[in-house]
Amino acid sequence: MSHRGAPSRFERPSAVAFLGYAFGIALIFWCLSGAGFSLEKVMTAPPRFADFADRAFPPNLDPKVLTRLGWKMVETLQIAVAGAVIGVILSLPVALLAARGLIAGPWVNQITRVTLGFIRAVPDIAWALVFVVAVGLGPFAGMLAIVIDTIGFCGRFFADDMEGTDKGPAESLTATGARKIDVVACATIPAAMPAFVSTALYALEKAVRSSTILGLVGAGGIGIELKVGFDLFDYPTAMTVILMIAVVVIGIEQLSGYARKQIIGEQR
Amino acid sequence: MRSSVTDLDLKQRPLNGDARTGVVHTAPVSSVDVPVVDIEAHSVAKSFGDNRIFSDVSFRLERGASVALVGANGAGKSTLLRCIMGLIPVSSGSVRLLGQDATGARASDLRRLRARVGLVSQKHNLVPRLSVLSNVIHGLLGQEPGLRHWSQTLAPAPSREAAMAALESVGLAEFAARRADRLSGGQSQRVAIARALVSQPKVLFADEPTASLDPAAGEDVMELFFQLAREHGVTVVFTSHNIEHALHYGDRILGLAEGALKLDAMAAALTTSDLRGLYD
Repeated sequence: MSHRGAPSRFERPSAVAFLGYAFGIALIFWCLSGAGFSLEKVMTAPPRFADFADRAFPPNLDPKVLTRLGWKMVETLQIAVAGAVIGVILSLPVALLAARGLIAGPWVNQITRVTLGFIRAVPDIAWALVFVVAVGLGPFAGMLAIVIDTIGFCGRFFADDMEGTDKGPAESLTATGARKIDVVACATIPAAMPAFVSTALYALEKAVRSSTILGLVGAGGIGIELKVGFDLFDYPTAMTVILMIAVVVIGIEQLSGYARKQIIGEQR
Repeated sequence: MRSSVTDLDLKQRPLNGDARTGVVHTAPVSSVDVPVVDIEAHSVAKSFGDNRIFSDVSFRLERGASVALVGANGAGKSTLLRCIMGLIPVSSGSVRLLGQDATGARASDLRRLRARVGLVSQKHNLVPRLSVLSNVIHGLLGQEPGLRHWSQTLAPAPSREAAMAALESVGLAEFAARRADRLSGGQSQRVAIARALVSQPKVLFADEPTASLDPAAGEDVMELFFQLAREHGVTVVFTSHNIEHALHYGDRILGLAEGALKLDAMAAALTTSDLRGLYD
């Protein structure tokens, strides 16, 4: 009895594929070169990092410093929560305009999606700089940056979520003579609600992470303390700031995960 | 070997047949009292791109008729239902629904027209995360658009009462507060029937209403559906792969095959073997 031979372990690439692989590898090396990649620096970094760690530890746990940093962290969370909540609320009407086949025509869909793409293309720190110019230094500029960043993120994903819902309930309501806005409110949005909740909670996590660095450009929050710590070589205080940010961000992620499970599991 | 429906009908039932099209007309076409025509399709054709689904489909359905639309998968039964309701545009031809043009109507006129018909779908199409009562109240959106009918919480008392009455008629009043995704398949379809009936439609469309149910639940749903349809005196058009259902519940059978209306006959004049030809 003859057995058919197993196929070879590796397929010989076509000439085009071979050129593609070669181009890809060359591209990676070109990017590493542009990024100033240096093995020498990699090798000398650990001692320098150890030197930083040696000067940063123990973190500054002076009660006065902790109180000051604590209030800055509270301000950071206020910026994040206020910005994320307003951003999520404003994202819904924007997403309705961006979602194809719901209430707006293809031109409106496309223009809205391009605008959302532009908002996402500009980093949150750049939006913070713009708003510092527009409304002055302080947490309000940071909050506005979070709002616009959240709209860019949630507007797009809310629209995708609504486009991806089961069309059956919407068709059944359309068949009753319901208007488009009624169909969207009664069938599309409830069907997309679990995805909305998940996206909104992720936006909150993202807002908390962003808000910790907006202070670097004067847009409020604990970021300014980090900058000052490094500028003054006060590494113990800088380390305290880093640890506080890590604890808060991880805590928010855990809380968000718990809320996601509770809300999506139980929401009516 | 089974003969095709066209051959079979032309051989066995040449009552009012059209030898050119192969369509057999055994349905009554005239009487002393002129009946009200609820649905009139004239030379309706539908294509998706180059894919022709059906063409030259014509029929008239009178008030109170119970009509089964049968045919194999892909024959275009669901598409024809959607064309009649104006949910998708026809490629050519015209449809008059409840005396109004459904093919050339403006969107607002079409909405008003749809508010007088009901649809029960194969997959029930309830909004899963909302309560049963909210789902039924949504059936009134065509007649009462706006925020107050988005949820049972906001709905005015008369609408809540109408929805509860519709739920009572399908035997599910005690499930009003339950989430729709926590119902069994049969219960879910009965809620869909209540949603279709709450607006007191003149015409009910049902697209394979038992396809997702087990046989026992399917029988219950069909029995209930037609009992309520008779009580309300509505015209019913339903699609089904179940030949026994088609012959039992339909008093007229429309058969789609090979992209055309191959059968139009009174159910009493047909046997199951006649319909099986449509699936060959």
